[in-house]
Amino acid sequence: MNGETIIRVQTHDFSVSDEYALLANDNQDGAVVNFIGKVRDFNDGSAVTDLTLEHYPGMTESVLSQICQQARARWPLNNVTIIHRVGTMALGEQIVFIGVTSAHRKAAFAACEFLIDFLKTKAPFWKLEANETGSKWVEARDSDEQAAKMWQK
Amino acid sequence: MIQVLFFAQVRELLGTAKVEHSSANIRTAEELRAALAATDDKWAKVLTSDKLLVAVNQTISQWDTQIKAGDEVAFFPPVTGG
Repeated sequence: MNGETIIRVQTHDFSVSDEYALLANDNQDGAVVNFIGKVRDFNDGSAVTDLTLEHYPGMTESVLSQICQQARARWPLNNVTIIHRVGTMALGEQIVFIGVTSAHRKAAFAACEFLIDFLKTKAPFWKLEANETGSKWVEARDSDEQAAKMWQK
Repeated sequence: MIQVLFFAQVRELLGTAKVEHSSANIRTAEELRAALAATDDKWAKVLTSDKLLVAVNQTISQWDTQIKAGDEVAFFPPVTGG
């Protein structure tokens, strides 16, 4: 297995069905796992109206590529896709797509979770949340840091 | 010269996304941070936050990482993507 890695950082939305079709095009794969992250309505008690994602162009792509390589070193994966949007997104919109394929489900589930855990704690993206009263930068969560650390055991 | 970049609330609080700093007398990321923090009280407050992260040439780095002319050094808060 020596599948394709697709990494995209973009302002426009993505189509889950199009990305699934691209990922799942190889009949040696019995398992396809997708994770989609969305803009949700409440964070720390305030009603969110929209979200703006900032990133560090260049470093972002390089970190995403490194975490894909780490996942490939740990599990027998075939295709891997990571898409992360930047710019302003409304409530309910899609932010991130992670897709992995493998012969069997265990590797695909584990790698998908590893990729989102590492993306959240290593890739240089920052969220600015807007609500009715203004906007504020989202604080990093210890629980996300703990989730990423669990993979180092 | 050293290219210095700021992101997210660090960029917002400083009111700038990019500055150039002389590489003279700067040997490490910590020395660059200290030199920039000496600009004024606002820069001192933002750049001495214990949560501040540093990337040297687009790789997350330690404060004792060596810096030389032509490097790109970025300061930013903990990341919150996904």
